[in-house]
Amino acid sequence: MTTHQPAVDVRGLCKRYGPVTAVDGIDLTVTHGEVFGILGPNGAGKSTTVEILQGHRTRDGGEVSVLGADPATADRAWRARVGIVWQDESAPAELTVRETVSHFARYYPRPRRPQDVLDLVGLQEKADSRIKALSGGQRRRLDVALGIIGDPSLLLLDEPTTGFDPAARRQFWDVIRALADEGTTVVLTTHYLQEAEALADRLAVIARGRVVAEGEPAALRREYGSEAVVEWTEPGSGPRKLRTTTPTRTVAELMSRFDGEIPGLRISRPSLEDVYLRLTGQDDGPKSEEDER
Amino acid sequence: MTTTTSHGTPETPRTPRLSGRTRAASGAERLPSAWWLGLHQGALELKQFFRQREQGVFTFAFPVVLLFLFASIFKDDVEDAGITASQLYVAAMIGAGIMSISFQSLGIAIAMERDEQVLRRLRGTPMPPVSYFLGKVWLVLITGLLETLVLLVVGATMFDLDLPTSPEKWLTFAWIFVLGLTGCALLGVAVSSVPRSGRSASSVVVLPFLVLQFISGVYIAIDTVPDWMLTLGALFPLKWMCQGFRGVFLPESAQVLEQAGSWEYGRIALVLTAWCVGGLALCLLTFRWKSRRDG
Repeated sequence: MTTHQPAVDVRGLCKRYGPVTAVDGIDLTVTHGEVFGILGPNGAGKSTTVEILQGHRTRDGGEVSVLGADPATADRAWRARVGIVWQDESAPAELTVRETVSHFARYYPRPRRPQDVLDLVGLQEKADSRIKALSGGQRRRLDVALGIIGDPSLLLLDEPTTGFDPAARRQFWDVIRALADEGTTVVLTTHYLQEAEALADRLAVIARGRVVAEGEPAALRREYGSEAVVEWTEPGSGPRKLRTTTPTRTVAELMSRFDGEIPGLRISRPSLEDVYLRLTGQDDGPKSEEDER
Repeated sequence: MTTTTSHGTPETPRTPRLSGRTRAASGAERLPSAWWLGLHQGALELKQFFRQREQGVFTFAFPVVLLFLFASIFKDDVEDAGITASQLYVAAMIGAGIMSISFQSLGIAIAMERDEQVLRRLRGTPMPPVSYFLGKVWLVLITGLLETLVLLVVGATMFDLDLPTSPEKWLTFAWIFVLGLTGCALLGVAVSSVPRSGRSASSVVVLPFLVLQFISGVYIAIDTVPDWMLTLGALFPLKWMCQGFRGVFLPESAQVLEQAGSWEYGRIALVLTAWCVGGLALCLLTFRWKSRRDG
């Protein structure tokens, strides 16, 4: 493994399902040790992209290198270094949590200790329960446990917290942070902006199969969110709204005009959510001109 | 233990530190051997099989119940053959029992595992595919032996089946058992790719198996089934397994009932071996790790 080579390097990735283009020329670079978020609405091409990185889907075009190898032709040694948490999982219902995690540990050349992994994901109290007796959130934690039991250098997670309650989601975030602190590279897809912001060192916003923005969450907000919105009420004609990069000047003008308090004054900076919705074309309701797979 | 993460938030105390691991410095690591993993895979398969009590009980009970019914209803002496109809059913039902353990159980179980993404998850680990199949082999071998044992005990205690004493007979039994089980298991693996979903798997697998049992002389005595049906059944392994087991467990006088008037061990070996080879080729060509909706 050469250190200057990125953990994930994707150039011009394309994938079509019949007439539908799910991924339309995506470029991504993830460096070692980074938590990288792929953010986008449902059907944007996130899962397809991650499944290609996992080696579980073929691609129609582009170059993909994951830990220095092409996932489409990768071998057992490569699989031992890549941990996967899928969107919809199932585990053998009749086995206990501990039996399953211990068994999966056998597949790897240098696994983590099963007990450590159970502690990490918070399943130590359920270790001897049959999997069929677990709740949805507990099953998801088992999925994560099975994804990290081999001590992967890269962890690929597809919408890991969908269906979690807020407490479970925060606990899951702690797990990802603990892994990141130990140097595991993490790539996760999510359609929760809050999650991307809480976890990702960098993120790519994907819409309709393309990357529409990429960078650190704060930088994205600066770059795409520099416009402020000034709102006030014009006597006689009602509420007014102005988008501007110089809100102070606008307020100064209004002050001189109203000579005192400006009625209904409100100045707002766009949240990352506003930026995200604008970038993904969701701010005016769903776009209809394109098939959103 | 409260460390500050790169995200600027303090780590909550309930997140345990990871311990007991070191990242290996060099890439020279040995992956576990496929045979060793196959053994563990087999142990896990057996554990699951016996924990699914309903499935286990019904799979084992089905041939036994049918044997009891048929052998109790049709129990007269068979003319000129020196045997009772009950004895015919014991031999035939052992063949059918082996096929139900291998072909039917595997065909349904693998289709469901594929549908429930169990196969896809395994494919994402460094487990070699061979280990998965070895695990199934162990499962089928052990459950097949148990099924046969139960049928033999029932046959010997209730339906006057004489267990052979000569080692040659048991040797014949052993190779028919192994070849038949292997061929049917491979056929089961292949058929698991046919159903579109796990839910439809049992219907897709059970009907052909049921028909096959009729035309292979399992439910209806071999000298009663029309010749054209037997000829059709002779294309598949079941007819030959049952014929071989009749050879092992029935007196020589019963050969007159056979289509060819003899046990035809050579031909049995030939057909079963052909199914093993052809079944393996079929599996290699058609096996899918992903369900259809995964494309």
